[in-house]
Amino acid sequence: MDLENQNRVKDLTEKHGAENIVVLFGASEAETAGLAAETVTNGDPTFAGSLAGVQLGLTTYHAIDEEFKASVDADVFEDQVGMMEMVLELDAIQEEMKMIRTNFCKFL
Amino acid sequence: MNYSVIKSSGYILVHTPDMVLQNGTTQTVERLSNPESEYLKAVNNHLRSYDEVVSYAPNQVYIGNVTPAELGEIEKPWFKNNLEKATRQGKFGEIMPQDEFIAMIKMEDVFDLVKLDKEFVKEVMPKLEANTIISENKIKNLGEGVEYNEIKELVDVQHSEPIFNDSKLVGCVKRAHDVDVNLNAHVMLENLVVKASGVIAFENLIKKNNINVEDIDYVIECSEEACGDMNQRGGGNFAKAIAESVGAINSTGSDVRGFCAGPIHAFIYAASLVKAGTYDNVVVVAGGATAKLGMNGKDHVKKEMPILEDTLGGFAFLISKNDGISPIIRTDLTGRHTVGTGSSPQAVIGSLIMDPIEKAGLTINDIDKYSVEMQNPDITKPAGAGDVPEANYKMIAAMGVKTKQIERKDMMNFIKVHGMPGWAPTQGHIPSGVPYLGFAKDDMTTGDVNRAMIVGKGSLFLGRMTNLFDGASVILERNPGKVEEEKIDKDEVNKLIANALRNFGMQMLED
Repeated sequence: MDLENQNRVKDLTEKHGAENIVVLFGASEAETAGLAAETVTNGDPTFAGSLAGVQLGLTTYHAIDEEFKASVDADVFEDQVGMMEMVLELDAIQEEMKMIRTNFCKFL
Repeated sequence: MNYSVIKSSGYILVHTPDMVLQNGTTQTVERLSNPESEYLKAVNNHLRSYDEVVSYAPNQVYIGNVTPAELGEIEKPWFKNNLEKATRQGKFGEIMPQDEFIAMIKMEDVFDLVKLDKEFVKEVMPKLEANTIISENKIKNLGEGVEYNEIKELVDVQHSEPIFNDSKLVGCVKRAHDVDVNLNAHVMLENLVVKASGVIAFENLIKKNNINVEDIDYVIECSEEACGDMNQRGGGNFAKAIAESVGAINSTGSDVRGFCAGPIHAFIYAASLVKAGTYDNVVVVAGGATAKLGMNGKDHVKKEMPILEDTLGGFAFLISKNDGISPIIRTDLTGRHTVGTGSSPQAVIGSLIMDPIEKAGLTINDIDKYSVEMQNPDITKPAGAGDVPEANYKMIAAMGVKTKQIERKDMMNFIKVHGMPGWAPTQGHIPSGVPYLGFAKDDMTTGDVNRAMIVGKGSLFLGRMTNLFDGASVILERNPGKVEEEKIDKDEVNKLIANALRNFGMQMLED
């Protein structure tokens, strides 16, 4: 995850409390989404940014996760994300995100 | 309507293995933050030889020796299936080795900032003399070189940027000012690399297509660096510097920037300038990005593969008046990601792909080839970025399903027919839509492509001035073969004169 984005996530978490933060991803690859989600839960796996060794345990979803889809207006979802549901490998991304949530999220 | 045409193209690569370690930001940042890292120790073991780079199929596509369709038939990963027959020279350009390029950097330096080792100059001289794109005058500019100790002192004591060849210090670039950060040695090296690689692309364009360089009226440079000083960081301009170097004495020029979208903007500008009659012949040119060398090197090393981002890219295109043969550039059928477009993928595809198609009264099936961000998936997939062109084609197809222009079951077939595998190095602006222009000329004159769309996108947010990104697109068409003359319609002239006289009379009455 971009070093500046790590700083932004860390600052927002300190300001609002980790239990009040949900991080939503839109990465097109399962691996990339997983790495980013790992960074804001278990810490930066590349040990390059401000979240290196910092286990925030934030709640994380991908924009194509069923939980997220169910929580937003269906028309808006269709308008904004519907096309990408035909493009992305949904199973791989959902599995990766579920694995991160199960292992590292502290607020579910 | 008389459109401008894409007349000729030049594409070049420069193999720069030492610059991967010395100048690629992934490596320079690692050296600063973790100088003893295992990655830095491993880099040299993952660099390819010049012959391997020449034999690498996507590189042969880039210079025009292998078609995109032929590349699609080669098993991936392509780095495991190098071509047996591959040459440095290609239909569109060439793959230059590092030693010749280092000499080119010196030849393009008009402020005596580059110093090269005497021994290195002696060794590379026969190769330069054999290179047909390098003139005798330029070789004279190279001089004899200086003693090694002088270079060592410039690097160790005077903040010069070192230049290595085969891991040996063979030269340096001095800073151009004592305190100006925009003229420091690092920036000067990056800018001289842009200029030199742009010149190589331009020279290949004119020499391989028998273009009289004096016929060129205007040059637009569209890479991603900026030249200037502390009072005007991006003052410019590379375009005129490159034009001067190649002898385009009747041209001036300017730089166009837009991150990776720079080339598509420049291409549309050039086509519009020619169509408007402002200029007859405009060249769009770009040099390569040193900073991006080895950008995904960590992932490549981790996956025990060669560091594939070991080449600089460059290109040059000539846009001219309609010749009745070359593909026409439909400047009336462009797509734009506007400020109000929004950032959802379907909004982006809608603005860049569907808008110009709908304006033309066509469907997505009527565009035979889409040239999107043509990044080489050998490079991006191991780095977790996926197959970028394929993802773009999937989005176009999915939009086709949503708009009921194709059936969902036909998506994969659509991608196969209307798409192409990516072959361009991940040098930002280099893969962005324009790598197909060389093939487009062939496919739309002697081949079976009647329409193509060139699409470029750019990550403006990286500059921290906006959260937006950007994109533009334009449709190319097979030339119908008729060059329309400017017709003077007698009735129209009479009407204009009558109107003018009437207005004059009314004015007199009012007075």
